[in-house]
Amino acid sequence: MPEVETRGIVKHFGEVKAVDGVDIVSSEEEFLVLLGPSGCGKTTLLRMIAGLEEPSSGDILIGGQVVTHLPPRARGIAMVFQSYALYPHMTISKNIAFPLKAMGMPKENRWQKVEWSASMLGIRHLLHRKPRELSGGERQRVALARALVREPNVFLLDEPLSNLDAKLRASAREELYRFQKEVSITTIYVTHDQVEAMGMGDRIAVMNAGRVRQLDKPDVVYSEPADTFVAGFLGSPPMNLVETQDRIVGFRPECFLPRQMYEGSSDVISLPFKVNRIENLGADRLVYGKLEDRFDDAAVIANLPTSFTNYTVETNQSYDFVVPRSDVKFFDIKTGLRAEPIPL
Amino acid sequence: MGPAVKTTESILHNRNKQLGFIFDNKNVLGFLMIAPAVIYILALVGYPLVLAFIYSVSNITIGSSDFSFVGLKNIQGLIGDFDFKTALYNTIYFTAVSMIIVLVLAKILALILLKDFKGKFVIRTLVLMPYVAPISLGVIGWLWMLDSIYSPINWLLQHSGLFGPDFWPMWLGKPNLAMSAIIAVHVWRMLPLATVIMLAGLTSIPQDIQDAALVDGAGYFRQLFQITIPMMLPIMLVAVLFGIVFTATDIIIILVLTRGGPYGSTQVLVSKAFFTGIDAGDLATGAATALFLFPLLAAVAIFMLRIARRAEVA
Repeated sequence: MPEVETRGIVKHFGEVKAVDGVDIVSSEEEFLVLLGPSGCGKTTLLRMIAGLEEPSSGDILIGGQVVTHLPPRARGIAMVFQSYALYPHMTISKNIAFPLKAMGMPKENRWQKVEWSASMLGIRHLLHRKPRELSGGERQRVALARALVREPNVFLLDEPLSNLDAKLRASAREELYRFQKEVSITTIYVTHDQVEAMGMGDRIAVMNAGRVRQLDKPDVVYSEPADTFVAGFLGSPPMNLVETQDRIVGFRPECFLPRQMYEGSSDVISLPFKVNRIENLGADRLVYGKLEDRFDDAAVIANLPTSFTNYTVETNQSYDFVVPRSDVKFFDIKTGLRAEPIPL
Repeated sequence: MGPAVKTTESILHNRNKQLGFIFDNKNVLGFLMIAPAVIYILALVGYPLVLAFIYSVSNITIGSSDFSFVGLKNIQGLIGDFDFKTALYNTIYFTAVSMIIVLVLAKILALILLKDFKGKFVIRTLVLMPYVAPISLGVIGWLWMLDSIYSPINWLLQHSGLFGPDFWPMWLGKPNLAMSAIIAVHVWRMLPLATVIMLAGLTSIPQDIQDAALVDGAGYFRQLFQITIPMMLPIMLVAVLFGIVFTATDIIIILVLTRGGPYGSTQVLVSKAFFTGIDAGDLATGAATALFLFPLLAAVAIFMLRIARRAEVA
């Protein structure tokens, strides 16, 4: 299965730069996630890869071939839309058969393919129905079956889970991930949901304001953010970012814990913490407060697991909290990019 | 029970007897609110319709006070009448041909107007123009354009070399040409509304579905005939239904341009009903002619609405 590459892709809409110079290379059979807030250009980038938008400049390559000016049908791609975009006047089997019909495949082969694709997604019993008779989850599977049926080189998925309710989304995530591994088709997946990105992506491209800020494996993007945007975007709650001297210091709320938690390890940074408010979220306790003395009362959040019961925190009290030195990241205060550590 | 409670009760009691408060009664107010509409429909639609039905089975004329029922004799007479058959044929021909032309042209125009291009605003305004022009004045304008001696169309075509020096068609004077001219003017008049309806239908198709068809490999015509048109079918059928009823009951173009001539070649049922019933004074035959369309159009309406419902999409 071929790889997808973009070279210096730029897209203007009038004055607005939706995509501002993106270079990414997906490797074969990879599940690549484009993650970013709304308006960051991720969907525009995907639509350019699909051929639904023409880039203002730059090139798109699929399997090493430049496809920048080819129409969608010549690119060997399949796309699943946020709304699923099923053809409402056709039955499910006709919906799935449509790409084959457009290819000019004879009727007998078409039917076999439809059956194969439908059984891959467990929707054979729905083939004679119309899209409006299906639930959200079923529609999503039909959209996937329609994308799969002509065995594309690349899957492009535009927020395919965002129309499902929260409960269904978790199981759909799992299914989609296994499905992609099973068919081994290079996949580019657009989402604004970091849980989807972290859970499914082989690699994540974090985008903001038309640029890719970081492209790496989920755990790397999470633990070693390339800049303050990535640090502040990933994680819920996101990384604490506090200014000191010419650096921004970042540390994850779940690393910011009472000294007792790190008993035995010596290389920790002590950060006296005054608690303002406590939120109990079930599995976690989010503790909002301020860093005292040298950090200028900067607001930070600590995330204490609820299972850690022998430690009580109360509001308006100061506690001795620490962060392991290896979990503290340093960013340049001007550029926001990673910088050399300074002694704290 | 204090005196204050009693007072409140008695005030309410007295007020409920006052005239103004009968409007608080839902049955009274509801009836009053709906009355104007009911009266209007009964007086100006229901009564004339019933009268027309009664006339069509009577021997009434404007020349005498004689009135008796003759049953279906008027209809029987019409069916045997050559002029009537011509008018019936003309009505169907005129309606069918102009509707097909309007549908195709409106579809094309709507597809053009859907795209973004420079001067789109001007084009759209021009397309809509015939619809806002007073129809009788517009048709009189066409009467001059198609004049047998001074036709600017012929002059233009001759001077641009498209017509030979001796070729000067009499648009409204030859049976086939007259029918074509009538159809052309009717298309000119119907096109704006049909285009707007088509445009509404086109814009109601989600962009995602158009994109999906593109990604699925559909070319322009496959997308047009297998996605766009089927999805627009319900709204197109409504447009066609209105178009058919409107065309089959229209009289103004024929009255202004040809008055049914030459040799009855553009006579349709409505114009024939008008000439028979109003001009010639034979109210009974006129009513029968006019009502001949009634079951036909009702059938068309029911048929169309059935299909529209079946094609309805969620």
